[in-house]
Amino acid sequence: MLDQPLIKVILIAAIVVVTAMLTRSTTGARHQAVRRLLLIGFVGLAVVAVLFPGFLTRVAQFVGVGRGADLLLYTLTVTFLGYVAASYRRLRHMEQQVTTLARELALRSAVHAQRDHPPGGDLEP
Amino acid sequence: MTVSPRADDAWLVIPLFNEATVIREVLAGALPHFPHIVCVDDASTDGSAEAAEEAGAVVVRHPFNLGQGAALQTGVRYVLEATDATYLVTFDADGQHRVEDALAMVERARQDDLAVVFGSRFLDERTRPGLLKKVVLKTAVWITNQQTGMRLSDAHNGLRVVRRDAAEGLDLSQNRMAHATEIVLQLGRTRLPWAEHPVHVLYTDYSRAKGQSLINSVNILIDSILK
Repeated sequence: MLDQPLIKVILIAAIVVVTAMLTRSTTGARHQAVRRLLLIGFVGLAVVAVLFPGFLTRVAQFVGVGRGADLLLYTLTVTFLGYVAASYRRLRHMEQQVTTLARELALRSAVHAQRDHPPGGDLEP
Repeated sequence: MTVSPRADDAWLVIPLFNEATVIREVLAGALPHFPHIVCVDDASTDGSAEAAEEAGAVVVRHPFNLGQGAALQTGVRYVLEATDATYLVTFDADGQHRVEDALAMVERARQDDLAVVFGSRFLDERTRPGLLKKVVLKTAVWITNQQTGMRLSDAHNGLRVVRRDAAEGLDLSQNRMAHATEIVLQLGRTRLPWAEHPVHVLYTDYSRAKGQSLINSVNILIDSILK
């Protein structure tokens, strides 16, 4: 449990960040900029990892993981979690917009229909 | 039921989704006492909307299914924007609420100058849910109380009276079932006076069959934690 402490701290911190993303509002330009920087960093790392496989292994050993491939798998897992969190948020936001739109439509047509023919059985003037 | 007065300044808000077999009966029971009823049809596929319209209710139709929370919010918006009602009463379409209870709750709100009256099936011993259902409901109550800082004895009860000023504080974003917690939270934030009122919930075979399955309470819980 207490071996390889560095990688465990990094991974758990990443998972906590992803979880926080799920419960906090993170829209806006700043959030987008951070996301793009992370993407650029990811691309850069991928290129380095392909060109110098030994480098990845050295990084892996530095944080306490045996092989570079293992580190890659861990990073991928956390990135995937982040992707899930981000798309959940986006979907939720879109659902909210669709609901608002559908509600406006429903209310408009109901008010119109009533103006034309008021509901039967009602004693309103 | 015959001696009860009519509530002319209150609108019944009934979210409606595939309840064609009972909605006619429910409306026939309620209309003599609540002449103003708006049913929000959440894209039913069994003719519920037509049945409600024929029975004499105003029907607002969602273009596609959005969920009960969304239907309630639409009903609230309708009452606020298209009527000058003082009170709105949220009421279930499946016939598990009693019209007498709704009338008594409106009367209570009027007399005690309350902005919100929550129906509660746990204030007396009349309602008898099964043991498992009771455990789930009580857990829901506990979670709601933790999240809202209010002290309620029953959280997921669809019978509520909301005065106009309190209804204006409602903006439900939980489309699915977690709206019950959200309603309590938003009504609590208005800081207006509220109370609970004992009601009797009729567990008919029909409402039992339609009711919340236990597994769905997992969805409700997660929905109410994730924003």
